[in-house]
Amino acid sequence: MKKRKASLSKILIHLALGGFCAFCLLPMLMVISISFTPESVIRVNGYSLIPSKLSLEAYKYIFLKPMQIVRAYGVTITTTVCGVAIGLWCTSTLAYAISRADYAYRNMTMRFVFFTMLFSGGLTATYMLVARGLHMKDTLFALILPSAMQGWYVLLMRGFFSSLPSSVIESAKIDGASELQTFTKVVLPISVPGMATVGLFLALGYWNDWYASLLYIDNPNLVSLQFLLYKTMSNIEFLKSIASQIAGLKIDVMSLPSLSARMAMCVVAAGPMLVAFVFLQKYFIKGITVGSIKG
Amino acid sequence: MGKKKKISPAMRFQKNKELFFLALPGTLLFFVFSYLPLYGLILPFKNYKANEGFFKSAWAGFNNFRFLFSGDAWRITRNTVGFNAIFIALSLIVSVSFALMLFELSARFVKLYQTVLFIPYFISWVVASYIGMCLLDMNYGFLNRIIEFFGGEANLWYNTPKYWYVIAPLANLWKGVGYSTIIYYTALLGINAELYEAAELDGARKWQRVIHISLPLIKPLVIMLTLMSIGGIIRSDFGLFFSFTTDSKALYPVTDVIDTYVYRALRKLQDVGMSSAAGLYQSVVGFVLVLASNWMVRKVDPESSLF
Repeated sequence: MKKRKASLSKILIHLALGGFCAFCLLPMLMVISISFTPESVIRVNGYSLIPSKLSLEAYKYIFLKPMQIVRAYGVTITTTVCGVAIGLWCTSTLAYAISRADYAYRNMTMRFVFFTMLFSGGLTATYMLVARGLHMKDTLFALILPSAMQGWYVLLMRGFFSSLPSSVIESAKIDGASELQTFTKVVLPISVPGMATVGLFLALGYWNDWYASLLYIDNPNLVSLQFLLYKTMSNIEFLKSIASQIAGLKIDVMSLPSLSARMAMCVVAAGPMLVAFVFLQKYFIKGITVGSIKG
Repeated sequence: MGKKKKISPAMRFQKNKELFFLALPGTLLFFVFSYLPLYGLILPFKNYKANEGFFKSAWAGFNNFRFLFSGDAWRITRNTVGFNAIFIALSLIVSVSFALMLFELSARFVKLYQTVLFIPYFISWVVASYIGMCLLDMNYGFLNRIIEFFGGEANLWYNTPKYWYVIAPLANLWKGVGYSTIIYYTALLGINAELYEAAELDGARKWQRVIHISLPLIKPLVIMLTLMSIGGIIRSDFGLFFSFTTDSKALYPVTDVIDTYVYRALRKLQDVGMSSAAGLYQSVVGFVLVLASNWMVRKVDPESSLF
């Protein structure tokens, strides 16, 4: 009797969690399935999870003129790599200094970091500063620098550094190493898990960012992947412009695979990195649990 | 202590300069992008004109605020705080329940469910908007197809504000529940197993163990995280309300929040005064709320407070 009851509760748990997982996954799968559906089928039947016919026309179409996607990948990769490199170096050096109990300006620096988490000058002032004051409009700097430092990551990194045994640092100093040498040769090599976690959070932020582009980018050559998707979503003119460049003829708009091509763009632009992030998720989980629960 | 006081500032700097210069790049970035924009506190009191610039523009007194509070302030505040309140409550109930459920399962299933629940966290709001369109598109969307299949009439999801009282919380839950579930599940794992064993020996049933052991022991964490999200209740998820709604004007009465309002005033209407007034209002209220919530967290659990 007891056993049967237990298994009943298990079934209910699986129903609830499984149901929600379906709610998480199925809409995503629908994007993929639509990208493989012939346009004519969509026009008649609408979107569906299982296409009645398969077709590669949407992918052929967006790869006819692949330069836009290739360039967007270039912008996103450049932004992400530079952003992670700069953000990680600046975050970890600052966090390392704060983590050192013998650093005289420790409390002052800590307060300096804290304040950024509590109060901000707001979007308008930041925009005016970046666009007008620093003249970063339509440059990659505007996508990289403003979000390179975040208070939360400094705190996370400080936590990692504080957990290192202080004897390691002391022995390096006795050997006559400078602070920079101690940091790069001794501290960093044993802080790889912490660096990986913060680095991946930074990478996720840069990879998925479209807000900074929305604010600062007008130049079509500097459109990142997410921004390209944003633009494609709000108008399919972009897709039509590909066609007109290729054909140079009058185009029947209804015959273009705009609906499926839009979803194909989404798969090509977002798919690969999404898979990578999912496989690396244990680092994210570590960061979340360390960051929210002390000790 | 006495020895410390004798060190002059110059000598102290000499002693600490290596670490100081190591920390300098990060400090500078914070200074430029978090501290310099604080001049924006003055912006709403100016009648900013692009051709006159920040310094030459005339003072406007409280005009911008007067205009804001006689018009849109109530609507955008209500939308921001209202939706966030729904998000906080819904996310709390669902993620604590999910964490308790995961806790009953074997490691294999935990890994599977946790992985799937966490996937939407990695998706940008733009990509989420594409996913939303698959379901909600008014001509081809899946939901309308199902409704029509059962003989109903297609809904204009992106034009009808009332549906978004449900759609926005679901979208928020979809994207964020994996994150908070992981936090609560990890907390459950930290509970001493002996407590459960003792309870089992005493003949406690499963739900009794949940009520008398699991819930009381994660209560401090629940309270702490909830207070912290209340500290951020005046800030909203721009991606959800701007991109996921496809910035549909018909939805503004319900989905226009402070962040979308500030963005639109700045970039579409070029109204710097209005935009910065709303931004300052958000910053000040947000600051007070964070301080208040931190004060309450410290009352509950001094260890968990931010400062």
